[in-house]
Amino acid sequence: MFNHLLSLLIWLPVVGAIPVLLAGSARPNLARWLSLLVAVLAFVASLFLLVQYNPGGAAMQLVESHLWIASWGVHYGLAVDGISVALIVMTTFVGILVIAGAWEVIQDKPHQYMAAMLILEGLLIGVFCATDALLFYALFEAILIPMFILIGIWGGPRRVYATLKFFIYTFFGSVFMLIALLYLYQKAGTFDIATLAALPLTMKEQSWVFFAFLIAFAIKVPMVPVHTWLPDAHVEAPTGGSVVLAAVMLKVGTYGMLRFILPIVPDAGAHFAWLIIVLSLIAIVYIGYVALVQEDMKKLVAYSSVAHMGFVTLGIFIAFMLVREQGNTDMALLGMQGAMIQMISHGFVSGAMFTCIGVMYDRLHTRQIKDYGGLINVMPWFGFFYVLFAMANCGLPGTSGFVGEFMVILSSFSANPWIALFAAFTLIIGAGYTLWLVKRVLWGEITNPHVAEMKEINARETFVLGAFAAAVLALGIWPQPLVHLMDGSVAQLVQQLAIHKI
Amino acid sequence: MPTFNDILILLPEFYLVGAACVLLLADAFMRPAQRPWLHWISIAVLLVAIYLVIAGQPPQAVTAFGSMFVRDDVAEILKVFALGTTAMVFVYARPYLIDRKLLGGEFYTLMIFAVIGIMLLVSAGNLVTVYLGLELLSLSSYALVALNRDAKLPPEAAIKYFVLGALASGMLLYGMSMVYGASGMGGTPSLDLAQLHNVMSYTTAPTLLLFGLIFMIVGIGFKLGAAPFHMWIPDVYQGAPTPVTTFIASGSKLAAFGMAYRLLDAGMGDLSQHWQLMLAVLAVASLAIGNLVAIVQTNLKRMLAYSTISHMGYLLLGLAAAGPEGYAAAMFYAICYALMGVAAFGVMLALSRAGFECEEIADLKGLNQKSPWMAFLMLLAMFSLAGVPPLFGFWAKVLVLEAAIHADMLWLAIVGIVFAIIGLYYYLYVVKVMYFDKPVEGSALQVQSDRPLRVVLSLNALSLLVLGLYWGPLLGWCRRAFGL
Repeated sequence: MFNHLLSLLIWLPVVGAIPVLLAGSARPNLARWLSLLVAVLAFVASLFLLVQYNPGGAAMQLVESHLWIASWGVHYGLAVDGISVALIVMTTFVGILVIAGAWEVIQDKPHQYMAAMLILEGLLIGVFCATDALLFYALFEAILIPMFILIGIWGGPRRVYATLKFFIYTFFGSVFMLIALLYLYQKAGTFDIATLAALPLTMKEQSWVFFAFLIAFAIKVPMVPVHTWLPDAHVEAPTGGSVVLAAVMLKVGTYGMLRFILPIVPDAGAHFAWLIIVLSLIAIVYIGYVALVQEDMKKLVAYSSVAHMGFVTLGIFIAFMLVREQGNTDMALLGMQGAMIQMISHGFVSGAMFTCIGVMYDRLHTRQIKDYGGLINVMPWFGFFYVLFAMANCGLPGTSGFVGEFMVILSSFSANPWIALFAAFTLIIGAGYTLWLVKRVLWGEITNPHVAEMKEINARETFVLGAFAAAVLALGIWPQPLVHLMDGSVAQLVQQLAIHKI
Repeated sequence: MPTFNDILILLPEFYLVGAACVLLLADAFMRPAQRPWLHWISIAVLLVAIYLVIAGQPPQAVTAFGSMFVRDDVAEILKVFALGTTAMVFVYARPYLIDRKLLGGEFYTLMIFAVIGIMLLVSAGNLVTVYLGLELLSLSSYALVALNRDAKLPPEAAIKYFVLGALASGMLLYGMSMVYGASGMGGTPSLDLAQLHNVMSYTTAPTLLLFGLIFMIVGIGFKLGAAPFHMWIPDVYQGAPTPVTTFIASGSKLAAFGMAYRLLDAGMGDLSQHWQLMLAVLAVASLAIGNLVAIVQTNLKRMLAYSTISHMGYLLLGLAAAGPEGYAAAMFYAICYALMGVAAFGVMLALSRAGFECEEIADLKGLNQKSPWMAFLMLLAMFSLAGVPPLFGFWAKVLVLEAAIHADMLWLAIVGIVFAIIGLYYYLYVVKVMYFDKPVEGSALQVQSDRPLRVVLSLNALSLLVLGLYWGPLLGWCRRAFGL
């Protein structure tokens, strides 16, 4: 049987970027079609992954391992569990949509844009299946290069500031993780994550390592108070960049928490769970209010991303609290599952929201809410999609946004009703900022004469938005396959929470 | 009496001396029309020397001329890369030299003599050989810096280099004399590095020995360009003709590592607990000064000069770890830096033409519009220098950090990594200028059409990516050289 599927998934987009680059600016259409072809092939390959993966097992599957650096014992090690599979499929799915979304929008050096997107996609897939910490770290950092270029070349007016801030901010966080990994390597003599997970560490060591990991991942998620790079990066990034950033890249942070903090430093994680929970609640409540007052649509959605990612971190660390303090594994499982579903769901919803903003921006070249109004009169189909995604964003039952948040709130209620109370604020605030946004953009009279000239979405845009809509509705109405896919892996993670390593 | 075997061990060096003399004579008797051939002959000379170094490599370390000269794996690796990077400098330099009417025997013979100096230095088994190699390298370099003697900056840079270099050589020599003296108190005086190794155990003048060590470290610090002995670096880098700067940033750094390793490990290994901390202080100072001052530079050559200082700080992290692991990491770093330096300066050489020196960062504005390939090569060099994975420079940094942690100097590793974040900014700024800025109207930016330059430069920069993806064999080679 072909057992290099994961390598194929990583390298197909990365190597596929080369012919796209070679197509050059002279043949932009060739570059576009080629990159679409590569993205579709990657998506098809990820469907094979879905088929080959056996959701029953808790162990990592489709293992690939080659000795990479002999003298250090570093392996080119890849494997997936249910969570990785879900994230990889989401990545390849979004990969097609950003390339289709950028079709005629990117006129300046489209081949470079498409190639950067494909390389980014390959690296992100690599992050989601690396089982060697050094490989993970290299990919984790390498992501920054194509994103830096994407924001810097095709971004808005303040793109240089935003992209430098993005790069240096995230680099700042991750270098401490490198030191922690090297320290662990000294102790364990390997970078294999599974071996590191079995390494006994004192509480003091665990605490230092925990904070080194936390700063790396918290910046990526991003958690309050290190979220300030995100609004800038989102606002200045081109639409595709924003979509990948929100849909996939933020998940790298929470995914890293699952892979590193949970198994390697569980005791420190349990000890400092309160800190993460408090920060998550601040993200949910305070950042929700911050989103409310934004006048720039992209900024609003960026802040709502921070708030929604707060649910993911809340779900992960509430599980710590439940398992360690109450021994309540069932509820912990629910919270963790909720966090995972929220990760996937937020990927689709935020990706869709940014695509919608991109569609409007392409027509009117402004992101200010006050410049719009009455859009529904000229773009009814667009309005339909926009309202659907807005509903998903505020967590309406029947959309994907509801499932994860509901599960996380439920499990935090059994940990501490106060936590649940604050978390549930999102239902009000989220609805507040999203519906108010819809009201000001879609409904009402047309006040800006340019809005009256806006054209209805074309077939390509309908396809992109339709695909997002299908994903959002499918997850909302029938989340069972996704839950089933990740069930074994989540149970495994929750079991690891209970292990004391001191 | 030197035996035939001694000469055989030094064959690559003897061969190069002979070849350099022949080139010098040939230059004098050649007709001007034939001069361009010197270029190809010189490259061939270096390639043959690489072959001689590798082919004649004895399976075990051997010494010649009564342990004056050591031929071991460390020397082999350093020589191969010093010769290789110098050959690359020759390829990159040709259009530059032609445009400025500097192509001639002086450049090639002086460079080859400098390389011979490097080869002696990294093979030194005796304090005298160290000094001999160092002076041969330095004197050739001083002259090379002043190669373009009609321009304003080069002579100034050469004088600065010479005065400071002479001072540093004096310090080194002074230190050596103290070490020699200390070795004579309570034992037989010796200049032999292997015998100096355990002077500490018997000398009746340990203070004298320590003073000698300190003076020698000053000499090493100067050669590496580590703060606070870095003053010459920015002026020399900026003032020297770019090909010479490229050489100083590559081959010369390999030599400096070789010299530090010979003196500190072979000679002063017993005192490692003393010099470890000294090197750590030099490392921190270099990291701080190099990275912070580089931020405000507008001249690319000066910026890279300060970046060199910071890179030498990282190299010192490995040396300060004082063990085979650390030396292997430091040597890996030196090789990595040489390749990155050659690539970065190579792009500048490819973009310079008659009457236009590409040396301001602003000169690179909009390079991605004009030549996406050159911009990409420079991007690789910059991200590698910044230490962003998956490029080569990242792994070199990881190795020295690991060596520092291994030697229980976690604090030093943390200082190193913090300055890596600060250093990131000025490399990113160059990428920003190339990719995000629009080209200046009527900008003179244009790529040299010299085919060998383009091909070798492309391979050079791509090697940073390839070695970044697959650095195991090179690391294995470096580690084996130190018996790991």
